[in-house]
Amino acid sequence: MEYASPRSLDEAIGLLSQAGVDARPMAGGTDLLVQLRTGARRPELLVDLKQIPGLCGIDCGSQGFRIGAAVSGAEIGECLPLREAWPGVVEAAELIGSTQIQGRASLGGNLCNASPAADSVPALIAAGAVCTLIGPAGRREVPVDDIVRGPGETALGEAEIIVDFRLPRPQDGTGDAYQRMIPRTEMDIAIVGAGVSVRVAESGECLACRVALGAVAARPIRVDEAAAALMGRRPDSEALEELAARASAAADPIDDKRGTRAYRTRVAGVLARRAAEEALRRAGDRWAARSQSS
Amino acid sequence: MSKRHVTTTIDGEGREFLCEDWQTLLDVLRDVLMKTGTKEGCGTGDCGACSVLLDGRLVCSCLMLAAEAEGRVIETVEGMAEGDRLHPLQQHFLQEAALQCGICTPGFLVAARALLAQNPDPSEREVRFWLAGNLCRCTGYDKIVRAVLAAAAEMRGAEA
Repeated sequence: MEYASPRSLDEAIGLLSQAGVDARPMAGGTDLLVQLRTGARRPELLVDLKQIPGLCGIDCGSQGFRIGAAVSGAEIGECLPLREAWPGVVEAAELIGSTQIQGRASLGGNLCNASPAADSVPALIAAGAVCTLIGPAGRREVPVDDIVRGPGETALGEAEIIVDFRLPRPQDGTGDAYQRMIPRTEMDIAIVGAGVSVRVAESGECLACRVALGAVAARPIRVDEAAAALMGRRPDSEALEELAARASAAADPIDDKRGTRAYRTRVAGVLARRAAEEALRRAGDRWAARSQSS
Repeated sequence: MSKRHVTTTIDGEGREFLCEDWQTLLDVLRDVLMKTGTKEGCGTGDCGACSVLLDGRLVCSCLMLAAEAEGRVIETVEGMAEGDRLHPLQQHFLQEAALQCGICTPGFLVAARALLAQNPDPSEREVRFWLAGNLCRCTGYDKIVRAVLAAAAEMRGAEA
């Protein structure tokens, strides 16, 4: 196996195109190097994307945020404006692995590894994140929701890579949250992950809601029918109970050592509700902060 | 294919080495540079025995290619003591008997050092969560956590 560390997008796409299916792009490498070790993947060329400026750094502009696809979880956690704007996305990114893994693991890698249980993916889907893809055919923008097709499978074309993730500046009354259930306190893979974002009016009426679940289907799923339970009403406990029931109904999980199918299905509803409550609390706090400052 | 030439800084010294593209930083530290203080446990990023600092950031050296070390600053457990004077973390690991077989110890020391560099006064809970990626199958962790808290207190006192 050969290693290449291109300095530009053009160079990276050139290397990946030339090598075709024998090449594999790498960001943090925390999944990929394990796959090389076990023999699950045997690329002839590893293309390290971390030296390409477009995949590095976080920009916080007036329009919104650009998070480089190779930025580590630790850097994401240290970005206070991002944490302030999209706490659910940041808390999800920070749940990936240990402190050591956080030093390397990236959003781009977490998404392209295409695990159904990836922690950052439901949070990004709930927040409405869009990723920029670049490949031999040029540039396109694709919602995170459309990237993962199934375990280990993505919608990326040959020699196509994710450059960055875009999130808007949150509007007034926006809040997001991510909750995860694992069999122990730290360092495990999700039994269920639930990401929720909401936008509420000052009156408390829910104007927008997105719900996404991880680890309960072959890919992270958006559950619009669960989100619809809150839309256009004040999210009281009856509405939240309906959201939970619809989240559980949408779950189609596996049975494994971490959790049975029945348990995962039930927990999907519980976590969707808890994440929604936290997102609503954050949205309410934002209104409160706004009325205090004005 | 010829070997790759990498120039890096390890424990404060400029170092150059030759490696194969597939070799991890851990492979090179132990088998090429003979810096065997850094240990190999699982080799898959689960146990933290191979922890090093990369430009000040805690990482598993088993989950990083040696080629990626080009131009970077690496710190291992071998740079912690100053001559015969142990680092306060090392001293307190001894005093608290925070090790038995010792394989996990270099990783715990490097990880704890990274914690105290950014948080000189961590709570017990913060220490436990920070060190969740370091596995010890001997001590049950309590002694390790006590040693880290004691070292943190001593280091804060030394600075005051």
